[in-house]
Amino acid sequence: MTQLPPPSSVKLGLVIDLDTCVGCHACVVSCKGWNTENYGAPLADEDPYGADPVGTFLNRVHSYEIQPDEGAAQLVHFPKSCLHCEDAPCVTVCPTGASYKRAEDGIVLVNESDCIGCGLCAWACPYGAREMDVAEKVMKKCTLCVDRIYNENLPEEDRVPACVRTCPAGARHFGDLGDPDSDVSQLVAERGGLDLMPEQGTKPVNKYLPPRPRDKAPEYDILAPYLEPVTDTPKGFVGWLDRALSALPGGE
Amino acid sequence: MANGQPDLDLSPKISDEIRQTTCYMCACRCGINVHMKAGADGKKKVAYIEGNRDHPVNKGVLCAKGSAGIMQVNAPSRLRAPLKRVGPRGSGEFEEISWDEALQIATDWLAPLRAEAPEKLAFFTGRDQSQSFTSLWAQSFGTPNYAAHGGFCSVNMAAAGIYTMGGAFWEFGQPDWDRTKLFLLFGVAEDHDSNPIKMGIGKIKERGARMIGINPIRSGYNAVADDWLGITPGTDGLLILSLIHCLMKAGRIDLDYLARFTNASCLVNEDPDSPQNGLLLRDEEGEPQVIDRRTGKLAPWNGAGVEPDLSATWRHKGVTHRPVLHHMADRYLSDDYAPEAVADRCGIPARRIRAVAGEIARVAFDEAITLDREWTDFRGVTHKTMVGRPVSMHAMRGISAHSNGFQTCRALHMLQILIGSVETPGGMRFKPPYPKPATAHPKPHCKVTPGAPLDGPHLGYPHGPDDLCLTDDGRPARIDKAFSWENPMSAHGLMHMVISNAHAGDPYRIDTLFMYMANMSWNSSMNTSGTMKMLTDTDENGEYVIPRIIYSDAYSSEMVAYADLILPDTTYLERHDCISLLDRPICEADAVADAIRWPVVEPDRDVRGFQSMLCDLGARLGLPGFVNDDGSQKYADYADYITNHIRRPGIGPLAGWRMGETGLQDGRGNPNEGQIDSYIANGGFWMSHVPGEAAFYKPFNTAYQDWAVKMGFYDSPQPYIFQLWSEPMRRFQLAAEGEGVRQPPDHLRARIAATMDPLPIWYAPMSEALEDDGAYPVHALTQRPMAMYHSWGTQNAWLRQIHGHNPLYLPTKIWEANGFAEGDWARVTSPHGKITVPVAHMAALNEDTVWTWNAIGKRKGAWALDDDAPEATKGFLLNHLIHELLPPKGDGMRWSNSDPITGQAAWFDLRVKIEKAPAPAEAKPALPPIKSPVGRGPRSLAWKVGS
Repeated sequence: MTQLPPPSSVKLGLVIDLDTCVGCHACVVSCKGWNTENYGAPLADEDPYGADPVGTFLNRVHSYEIQPDEGAAQLVHFPKSCLHCEDAPCVTVCPTGASYKRAEDGIVLVNESDCIGCGLCAWACPYGAREMDVAEKVMKKCTLCVDRIYNENLPEEDRVPACVRTCPAGARHFGDLGDPDSDVSQLVAERGGLDLMPEQGTKPVNKYLPPRPRDKAPEYDILAPYLEPVTDTPKGFVGWLDRALSALPGGE
Repeated sequence: MANGQPDLDLSPKISDEIRQTTCYMCACRCGINVHMKAGADGKKKVAYIEGNRDHPVNKGVLCAKGSAGIMQVNAPSRLRAPLKRVGPRGSGEFEEISWDEALQIATDWLAPLRAEAPEKLAFFTGRDQSQSFTSLWAQSFGTPNYAAHGGFCSVNMAAAGIYTMGGAFWEFGQPDWDRTKLFLLFGVAEDHDSNPIKMGIGKIKERGARMIGINPIRSGYNAVADDWLGITPGTDGLLILSLIHCLMKAGRIDLDYLARFTNASCLVNEDPDSPQNGLLLRDEEGEPQVIDRRTGKLAPWNGAGVEPDLSATWRHKGVTHRPVLHHMADRYLSDDYAPEAVADRCGIPARRIRAVAGEIARVAFDEAITLDREWTDFRGVTHKTMVGRPVSMHAMRGISAHSNGFQTCRALHMLQILIGSVETPGGMRFKPPYPKPATAHPKPHCKVTPGAPLDGPHLGYPHGPDDLCLTDDGRPARIDKAFSWENPMSAHGLMHMVISNAHAGDPYRIDTLFMYMANMSWNSSMNTSGTMKMLTDTDENGEYVIPRIIYSDAYSSEMVAYADLILPDTTYLERHDCISLLDRPICEADAVADAIRWPVVEPDRDVRGFQSMLCDLGARLGLPGFVNDDGSQKYADYADYITNHIRRPGIGPLAGWRMGETGLQDGRGNPNEGQIDSYIANGGFWMSHVPGEAAFYKPFNTAYQDWAVKMGFYDSPQPYIFQLWSEPMRRFQLAAEGEGVRQPPDHLRARIAATMDPLPIWYAPMSEALEDDGAYPVHALTQRPMAMYHSWGTQNAWLRQIHGHNPLYLPTKIWEANGFAEGDWARVTSPHGKITVPVAHMAALNEDTVWTWNAIGKRKGAWALDDDAPEATKGFLLNHLIHELLPPKGDGMRWSNSDPITGQAAWFDLRVKIEKAPAPAEAKPALPPIKSPVGRGPRSLAWKVGS
C-alpha cells in the first residue's frame, strides 16, 4: 500500500469544456504522439494493421447521446483521462509504491521502474483512466505532460500538456485548480464546473464544464415583431421599397 | 528522491531539430513542426508532429490526423518501387521495375497519342493540391481530358460562389469569427475545412455568440450547436428560400447594400421579343444599366458617383423594364415559400423556420457593427464607416452534393447578400486572392491539335452557350462531358463519369487513363462494383475496353490493382509542394499567404514525388514548357519548377521572396534561386497582411483593388457587384427557349429551361421523379469522421483504432419499426443495388435519414491491412448503392446522376429501404481479396525514435 502525500496547495489539472468539444480526437492522438516519444515506455500498439488493433492511449473521447424528455436528442463528446484525484485510490492500492501523487503539484504518476504490472490500480480507478501497456506490461496513464509543463527547453507558451496545446476548439484548459484566482478556477466558477462522479469520493482535480442548454432558441413569439410583414404582395413590396428608399440618406 | 518520490527529468530535450512544413493529412494544409531525432542508426527520423503557432491556418493547433502523420511515414502500405502489372487487371499481380523502365513504358504509350490524338489520354487527379501544375502538364500534352476531383466533391459550392459573388467558403472565404454574433452552419458535419472551423466555433463559444446547425445528423460541429434543425436531405434550398421569403416580406433586407453592391438594382430586359429577354439592359459599352437616383435617368452600374435605384423602372417602346429586386419580390414573396408551405417537406416546423428568420433579422439589423474605418468604393464614393451585419454562414458538401445543389448554394449566397453580410464586419469575408468573379476567371478550352498544346486552360467559367466545350457537330468534346449541354457550368469537370463514359465509348473511346490519388475502384466512385467491372472489361478480341491505365499513389490503395503501370509517389513529408495562389490557397481574410512542403525526411524507397516525375515524363514527351529550346529537360524536379516557372510576367507559383530590381519583394518579381530556402527559414509559409482600409468590402473597395493589383492577383482593378441575377444561366435558358445559333439537343431543352433559372429556385432531387417514392423512403448519407476527413491515410495505425468500424446509424423511428436490437444487421436496398451491413441506433438524426462513415470499409488486400481487419469484414461502402447514372428513362440515353448545371456528383440524393437481415459472416457484397503489392504490416508497433 502506498500513502498519499499531504494535500498540496498547487493542484495542477485540466478543465474540459463539454460545450465546445466537437469530438475530433485531436487531443487523443497528440497525447499518443507525445507520450510515445517521451515519458517512460512508448505507448505500444498490438496488431496495429490486423483484426483487433489494441493500443495504449492515455486519453480517449467517448460520445454519449442524451434524449431529453422534450426536444431533440443531443450528442455530447466526452474526453476522459486521469483526473489526478486528491484522494487517488489508484495510489493507495499500489503494492510497490510505483503509483504516486506528487507532493508539489498533485500530479499522479507511475514510476515505471517500480511497476510490476499487477493492474490493481486500474481496478481501483473508478474512471477507467489507466491502461496497461500491451508491450511493456507497465501501467500507463496521463502524466499531465509533466515532461512539458516545466520543460525549460520549450518556449513558455508551450509548457502545457500536449492535448491542451493541440485542441483546435480551445475546449481544454490547464492550470492550478488549487489557486482560486487562476484562470482555470475562474472558469470553473463562472461555468459551474463539475466533478466527475463525485459520489466516488476521489476528489478529482480535473473539472468538466457542462454543455450550455441546447435548443433553447428564443421562441418565435418573441421574434415575431422582427418579421412583421411590410407587405403581402410583390406590388405592396414595391410600395414599401419606395418608402424605405426615401428614408435612406440621399432619398427624397 | 524528494518525499520518497523518484527524481524526474522535467526538462528533457524535445528533439534534435524542428523542420517546419505543411501538413497533408487532409486538404486543410496546416503548418506543422516536425520534430526530428536521431535514431539508433544515427539518421534523423520523425519523432513527433505538432502544429506551428505562427502559421495562418492553424495557429499552433493540430487535429488528430495531423498528429498521426508520423504513422504515415512508417506505414507498411507505402509503395516501394514502380510496378508493372503481370497478372490480370484487378488481381494485384505486379513486378517491380526500375524508374527508367517505367518512364519508358509511359513514354511509349503516350508519345503516339500526343502525336495523333491527344484526347485519347484522360488525365485526372484526385485529392491533389497541385492543379495549377498538373493542368499545365495536361494542357501542354494537348488533351482536353483533364480535371481534378472537384466534380465529385463540392463544385456546386465553389461554382455557385464564384458565379454569385466571386467566391464561396473554405479556401475562398470564412465567417468573421472574431465579430460574428450568429453563425449558421449548413450541411457540414465534420468536414471542410477542418481546424479553422473548430477554432472558429471555439471563438464563437468563448464570446457567447450563437450557432445554429442545419444538418440531418447531429454529430461533430452540429453536436455543439446551440440549436439544431434536423433537416431532410435535399431540402436545404427550400428552407433557405423560405428564410428569404420571411425576410423580404418583413423588409428586413439591407437596401443600401443591395442598391450599391449587387445587381438587384440592375434593369432586366423584359421585352419578350428581344433576343436579350431576361438579360440585363446594357449600354453601348456593354455595361448593365441602373437608374441613377440623382438624375432618375439610365446610368451604367459603375459610373462615377452613380446612386443605383433599387425600385425605379424604365419604360421604353411600350415595355417596362424593372430592376432585379422586383423580380425577386415576384418570386420570393409567393406563398409557395411560406414556412407553412415548406415545413413538411423540410422536416422542420414552420414556427422554427420563422424563429430562425426572426433571429437573423434581429441580429443583422439590431446588433449591427460599425467600424470607424473610412473607405472609398469603385464609384468614388467615400464611406465614413464600415457597417456589418454580424450574421455569418458556412456550408459545404451536405447542401452541394445533390442534383439541386447549385441552385441551393446560390440561394444560400443570396440569403447572405440580402442581409448585407458578405464582406462586411461580422459576416462572411473573402480570403485573398478571392474575391474573384466568374468574369475574371478563364473560360474552358477544348481545341485539340495533334502534337501541340491545348488552346488554353481546360477548366473555367462559361458565360453562355458560346463557351461550351463541344465538337463541330455539337457533341461533348470532353470524355466527362463537362461543359456540354448536359451540365453546362461544370467548372471542375466530372471525374466520377470518366471511367463510365470511357467504358461506354460515350462520347468516344480513349486509350490511356492516367490518374493520381484517386481511389476510383473503391470509395471515390459511385457504383463501385460496376466500376471494377468496367476497369477489367474486355472487348471481343480480349483486349481491355479501357486499354491502358497508369496510376500514381503513395500507398497500396484499392485502385493500384486496377492499373497496368504504377508510378509510386512519396509521402507528404518526403516531397516538395507548393500551396500556391495560382491554385487553392491558404489565405486568411486579413492576409494573403502561400506555403511549401519540403522533404523533411528522404524517402527510404525507390519512389518519386508525382510532380517531379511529371517534370521528367513531360521532358521525355517533349512537352512545351517542360523542355528547353535544345530539347533538354527544363525542370530537374518539382522544386525547380516551383522556383523558376513563370506563369505571367512577374508571377510564379510562390509569391514570397521574389526578386525585384532592388532586392527581395512580395507578390510580383523574378525567380529567386533561394526562394524555397527563405520559405523553410520562415516556417514553410509566406504571409502578407491586407491593409486595414482594404479589409472589408473587397470587391468594391478601391484600396483592396489597388493592393490586389500590387500583389499580382490581377493586372488591373476588377471591381464588380454581386450577381443575384445570373446572366450566364439566363443565356443557357434562352438557348433552351430557341434563341441563338448554338442550340441544345431537344431532349435537354426542358431540363435546361427549368433548372437554369437566373434567380435561385428549388426543385426536388432529379432521381426522385424516377423512383417509386414508397419503395425507397429513407435518405442515406455518408460523412467522413473528423479524425479521417479528406485523409489519404485511413489505414493509419492510430486513426484506425479510433474509427475502424462503420455501422449504419438508424434513427429511432426506423430502429423501432423494424425491431432492431444491438448487434443486428440490415439489408439496405436502393434502385441500384443491395448491401447487408451492421446497424446501430442514433436518436439525434432526422427521422427519415440513415448514415455511415465514408471510406472506413476496405477491400481485402489493400492498404497492407490483414484480410480479417474489421474494415474489410464489417466495413462497407454506400457507394455500391449509388449509380453514376440515373435510372433508365426508356429513352436509351445515359443520364448522369449529377447536378444538371455543374455536373456535381449527386451522392446525397441516395434513397433506400431498410430491412432487418440475418447476420452474414461478412458485410455484403464481400469481394475477393486482391494480392497486396506491399505485403502486410508488423504485428506490433512502438515507434519511439529517441533513446
